[in-house]
Amino acid sequence: MAQNGNSSMSNRIYMDNHATTPMDQRVLDEMLPYFTEKYGNSGSRNHAFGWEAEAGVDQARERIAKLINAKPKEIIFTSGATESDNIALKSVVEFYREKGNHIITATTEHKAILDVCKSLERKGLAEVTYLPVDNQGLIDLDQLRAAITDKTILISIMHANNEIGVIQPVHEIGKIAKEKGVLFHSDATQGVGKVPVDVEAMGIDLMSFSGHKMYGPKGIGGLYVRARNPRVRLSPMMEGGGQERGMRSGTLNVPGIVGLGRACELAGEEMQEENARLLRLRERLRKALMDELGDTYLNGHPTERLPGNLNISFEFVEGESLLMGLKDIAVSSGSACTSATLEPSYVLKALGVGDELAHTSIRFGLGRFNTEEEVDRVAERVVSEVTRLREMSPLYEMAKEGIDLKSYNWARD
Amino acid sequence: MAYSDKVIDHYENPRNVGSFGKDEQDVGTGIVGAPECGDVMKLQLKITDAGVIEDARFKTFGCGSAIASSSYVTELVKGRKVEEAYAIKNTQIVEDLNLPPVKIHCSVLAEDAIKAAVSDWRKRKGLEDEDQDKQVG
Repeated sequence: MAQNGNSSMSNRIYMDNHATTPMDQRVLDEMLPYFTEKYGNSGSRNHAFGWEAEAGVDQARERIAKLINAKPKEIIFTSGATESDNIALKSVVEFYREKGNHIITATTEHKAILDVCKSLERKGLAEVTYLPVDNQGLIDLDQLRAAITDKTILISIMHANNEIGVIQPVHEIGKIAKEKGVLFHSDATQGVGKVPVDVEAMGIDLMSFSGHKMYGPKGIGGLYVRARNPRVRLSPMMEGGGQERGMRSGTLNVPGIVGLGRACELAGEEMQEENARLLRLRERLRKALMDELGDTYLNGHPTERLPGNLNISFEFVEGESLLMGLKDIAVSSGSACTSATLEPSYVLKALGVGDELAHTSIRFGLGRFNTEEEVDRVAERVVSEVTRLREMSPLYEMAKEGIDLKSYNWARD
Repeated sequence: MAYSDKVIDHYENPRNVGSFGKDEQDVGTGIVGAPECGDVMKLQLKITDAGVIEDARFKTFGCGSAIASSSYVTELVKGRKVEEAYAIKNTQIVEDLNLPPVKIHCSVLAEDAIKAAVSDWRKRKGLEDEDQDKQVG
């Protein structure tokens, strides 16, 4: 295990590993020479500076490919998963427009998918079906099958969700896509490097991933683009020097790529052990919170989820006020008050979680550097803050008095 | 988002948290907001026959600024005549607590809570309601 990059400087606890992860020291160590010594342009074919940079890129491509069971040349480097999602959707729509214009996605996708879909619809370039999810966050495979038409060119369903960690039945989706001859893209930003992802076994044709979600650097990510059975064709979004087989021009971010490669290698080597550890910590936290406090609800599927993800609604306590009480602990909330839109989480809404409970949700994202001591401290702090805030909550008081909060005549604005 | 020291102080050390007995005749209760909006404030004012607010209690479900706004309001109204309390504007709360623009609705809710509590007291006392009460909630 590498040096703890999490809380060595202070008493702060970082438990928001779905937002980003601290970079592993071992990743940084391997990147550093590429800033100061091996700083060549990997596209420079005529001198040693270029060759050593290219060697670093080649090695990274191999390591990434190995982690997801792809071939090195099927990896396209991008600035991150948002760019990968944009390329996947927009390029497929452009390249396959003769074949059709229909995309199938789901309501719980990341905004990097949903907003691209909306933009494609607005421009009249695509028609999009947004599949609902059940109350545990999973899509219905029969609904997926039924949604496919002869105009469908792409199914884009995420691997693991960023809020609730729920993992979609990707194998089955891939099978259906193959049966129907439709391309399958998966935004696997949260899953790659965390749980086994195999593009062959899962029938994935395009897949987005990102460095900073797996203890690698920010500003680097990738798009897997299947080369055979079928060969996926993309119209380039970024044109110029023809890098990345012409699909994404621009001088390669060599240190970032080297870091992403090392991050993938480490993830692969340590995944099995790490997942068992995270699952144990996650369940320890869940039990401590839910056994100690009543009126708590787990959001998302209990088992089909990332080992490090825990999303709980603490009824009667607004999420932002809870975050404020957990001063030295970094977690997230699905409360409107933490977002720019003043709307509570659309993901929880898609699961049928009412707004009143969505406002009380907290996402705990456990990662490589969290310890059992930290889990215990977080549990203790959350229990104590929820208890304090419930004593201050008129809803808690009313519920205890037997008032039905759902039918109560609230004075709304 | 960074909170002002005053908001943090009221959030960490809220003043006058609690409830009065519901059947006390000299208590006016205002409950404003709704759970699905993420904010519910309950403000109770104990008012003398002479129309002076002698004590106040609150409970709030909401963000830190909503808790701070209601805590602050309990201090603000104590010792005041109901008419004065009724005239308190949300802008005063915004200024005093240094609330950022996205948290202005917390101050609006606090103003509404005062008006709702005063109206409830007037109703209990059989006093005539003022026209402004229509704005409440």
